Amino acid sequence: MSRALPRLDSINRDFWTGGAEGELRIHHCNDCNQFFHPPRPVCRHCLSENVAAKAVAGTGVVDTFTLNYQKWHPKMEVPFAIARVELDGAPGVYLTTNIINCDPQQVDIGDKVKVIFEQQDDVHIPLFEKID
Amino acid sequence: MSVNEAYITGIGQSQIGVKLDRHPLLLTVDAVKEALAESGLTIGQIDGVSTYPGRVPQMLGFSPVGADDLIDALGIKAKWYAGGGEITSQLGAIVAAATAVKAGLARHVICFRTVYEAGATAKPDEYPMMRRDRVDGGSQWTAPFNAISAANWVAQYAMRHVKKYGLTREQLAQIALTDRAHAALNPRALVREPLTMDEYMSARLVSTPLCLFDCDRYSDASTVIIVSAGDAVDEVKCTPVRIAAMAGSVDRHSWDQAEWMASYQTGPDLWKQTDYTAKDVDTVQLYDGFSFLALTWLEALGFCDIGEGGQFIEGGHRIALDGELPFNTFGGQIGAGRLHGFGFAHEAVTQLRGLGGDRQIKGDPKVAIATSGGGPLATALLLARD
Repeated sequence: MSRALPRLDSINRDFWTGGAEGELRIHHCNDCNQFFHPPRPVCRHCLSENVAAKAVAGTGVVDTFTLNYQKWHPKMEVPFAIARVELDGAPGVYLTTNIINCDPQQVDIGDKVKVIFEQQDDVHIPLFEKID
Repeated sequence: MSVNEAYITGIGQSQIGVKLDRHPLLLTVDAVKEALAESGLTIGQIDGVSTYPGRVPQMLGFSPVGADDLIDALGIKAKWYAGGGEITSQLGAIVAAATAVKAGLARHVICFRTVYEAGATAKPDEYPMMRRDRVDGGSQWTAPFNAISAANWVAQYAMRHVKKYGLTREQLAQIALTDRAHAALNPRALVREPLTMDEYMSARLVSTPLCLFDCDRYSDASTVIIVSAGDAVDEVKCTPVRIAAMAGSVDRHSWDQAEWMASYQTGPDLWKQTDYTAKDVDTVQLYDGFSFLALTWLEALGFCDIGEGGQFIEGGHRIALDGELPFNTFGGQIGAGRLHGFGFAHEAVTQLRGLGGDRQIKGDPKVAIATSGGGPLATALLLARD
């Protein structure tokens, strides 16, 4: 599917390219040991600047979702599932993403999912699929 | 009148349409002139301007007229002005103005919101769409997943209500059905035909559980609210309406990180600012850019508990014009047009002055609520006719 791609910079590059090594990388504070997202050069929990992207397990749970039916541009293939995934091991961090490789009608809150990366140009987009 | 209070002393509105030929600055002037005529003020008495979100060059249809434009075009001698989108949603511009007049920075402030989103699509050369090779800022966390519209973001919160609290489409439909029933009584409304439950239930889906009729649509219009200082109200000829309380909040502007609706913070905060309670409210004008936002405002303001909004509006009688809590009596954005926040304040004042015509609520309304936003941003105003 056609996707808008992010403009990479020094702050967001780890998130958007970690998939090249199969890693989902979320910003982490080395002082208070908590994850936060979106990535920024300062920890939102303790204001420390001792932060860096760190790989997480890449699994999570569907917090909520919607099935998009509207063709926001002519080539869009609908319906597809948009979900908000709460990441395992990173409490309070959510990713808006797509649940792929299944019938969208089968997506539900509470589904366990794992990351699967889709590469477009220099960007590795973290999508998710259901795990049994 | 209390000198330490802020009052709404004039309201005005342009025609509301789709792809209007009239220039958006002139739509704004139409609304200004109507508000001035109503208040009895002259443009020379205006010394402040406040708008949301200011002129937005990369999305001109979204906001084609800034405070700078209006000040220059009308020769306003402003002592205070503000315009920007980084505020607790659209009615935040009125909160800013009320705060300014209470602080003595201005006496009479024109607050306005002008939209030209439909007109812009008809004139792409004059109002070019934003074109970017890559997305950045907050958009990078949603656009790559084709979660392009706020419809997708709101829908995910709505889905939680479906799954967690059993909200049904038939219940949610009452927002759109009530809006459209009331819009039929508003001569200025964009859509004058009522909507039936059958039409709603058979409408195409946009983003589950939201269908076409749960969404407002691009409109062209301008709405003006004049906010005056308490010690300047005697210069005004129409019935002033006091801004009895105001509250706002932001819960992480990136929608995907916000845990819940910002309205759930702002609603209770509003009641902390006043001795009035929910029982005193005669009518509510609640932001319905998407129907679900209005439902959560009812919960947030304490008319029912969180999760009970669907049952509260079931059947629609409670929120009808002759119900116990008349709702969006002008048609809301779903019926009257996407006035983007300011229409709710305009209608609250209209009802409190008894000037609603065919849609005027019964009795002698004295207290009304107007809100804007509701997702990660929320603003609520409590308005009272003393």
